Amino acid sequence: MTERAVIDAEGLNPGDPLPRLPDHVSHGRFERVLRAGHFAVSTEIAPPDSADPEEVLRRASLFDGYVDAINATDGSGANCHMSSLGVCALLTREGYSPIIQVSCRDRNRIAIQGDLLGAAALGVCSVLCLSGDDVSVGDHPEAKPVFDFDSVSLLQTVRTLRDESRFLSGRQLDLPPRLFLGASINPFAPPYANRVDQFAKKVAAGAQFVQSQYCFDVDMAREFMARSRDLGLTEQCYVLMGVGVLASAKTAKWLKSAIPGVHIPDAIIKRLEQAEKPKAEGRRIAVELMQQLAEIEGISGIHVMAYKQEEWIGEIVTQSGVLQGRKPWAPTHLTHIKQPASA
Amino acid sequence: MYRVRLWSVRHSRQLEWIYGTFNPLLVKLLRGTVKLFGTRLDKPITKVEAVAKGFFFDCKMCGDCALSKTGMSCPMNCPKTIRNGPCGGVRENGHCEVKPEMRCVWVAAWDGASRMKGGDAIKSVNFAVDNRGKGTSSWLKMAREELGHD
Repeated sequence: MTERAVIDAEGLNPGDPLPRLPDHVSHGRFERVLRAGHFAVSTEIAPPDSADPEEVLRRASLFDGYVDAINATDGSGANCHMSSLGVCALLTREGYSPIIQVSCRDRNRIAIQGDLLGAAALGVCSVLCLSGDDVSVGDHPEAKPVFDFDSVSLLQTVRTLRDESRFLSGRQLDLPPRLFLGASINPFAPPYANRVDQFAKKVAAGAQFVQSQYCFDVDMAREFMARSRDLGLTEQCYVLMGVGVLASAKTAKWLKSAIPGVHIPDAIIKRLEQAEKPKAEGRRIAVELMQQLAEIEGISGIHVMAYKQEEWIGEIVTQSGVLQGRKPWAPTHLTHIKQPASA
Repeated sequence: MYRVRLWSVRHSRQLEWIYGTFNPLLVKLLRGTVKLFGTRLDKPITKVEAVAKGFFFDCKMCGDCALSKTGMSCPMNCPKTIRNGPCGGVRENGHCEVKPEMRCVWVAAWDGASRMKGGDAIKSVNFAVDNRGKGTSSWLKMAREELGHD
């Protein structure tokens, strides 16, 4: 049977774009979930140190049925891995809805605009604009940092490409990239009072969804959301709060000291220290955080970051109940019928 | 100099007043100079700007000065040269994630802006700098913009 015949018989090729719904900027499933008013769950995939496509799909399959979108990180921590564009291209072929992370550290405006067109052509529907970690914290500190843009300029650029159908130079595009536009926020680092202003700037620059840094302090999140609501930001932008899964008190202390911008209250560290099974306690903390955050008005979803504990994401999401019985899309058997027919 | 730079942020209100009062005069003077001398005095004028702003703000002569919109804290001193900061990596003590000994340029910027009359300008979105302007004078740019030629 030819591939076309299989599709005709069994339905849409998972890699085919979905029709764009009215008032949606992208063809993507992630935007659909949020706009439909569902509580969304996203996570991130750790791109492999490998050229093996199967490894990407194996890692993604851990999330099947539990998440609405998968962030493909772009040299996170300034360490070299498979590119976010490569990971996204592999994921869209299978029908997943990846969020391509674009950092400003490694590429200038010429490269970034080209990559955004390429990503959209490969079926990527969502983008997360980041400034990026400095090269000095990664495994190639001798590299030249680019930072031609910052995250806000990058947001403006994607919006120009998409809404004005032109490059920054003014040159017209034949077909604009239909990208749902995202950014990051960190309400848990100084200057605390201005973090909501920074969020407002990102919304003004075009952010339609934001994912936050790890949230381990629900009170701080509550206060931040109250101020965001006052400024009307939650009506213009979906907020997905970041939840981390801590493996032990040692990991928590390491995160707190080694990754600037991560705030972990002492109470959480104490809980992990006193727990008989710290790993299980870390997961319990994540579940509780998700449940508490889901109660806060204006929070539209959770972004789970469980580095090296990805196999637990399903259990954590299920236990939290934030999906309210909804089962996010996952690939079916159709995924591996890629061989062209000989006939 | 780092300490002078911090002083400038603490005195952003006064510097804003000085800027507001003398900048129109300066631009007027430079406009006349440009009319008379064309580009012949660009080099010494640029040098004066670099020295003066270098002393007060550790100015990097990006050619697209944003000081009045960034609480008198020069964004080009951010290791990532972020023009709409801060990034998410600010340390708990308000210092930079890349240079732990340095106060975050954008923590300083929001602090400086909170003291300024027109401090709300920091909330407007800035686009990335035009890299062709590196090393050129923002003062002359303003003078030429008002003259209607670049």
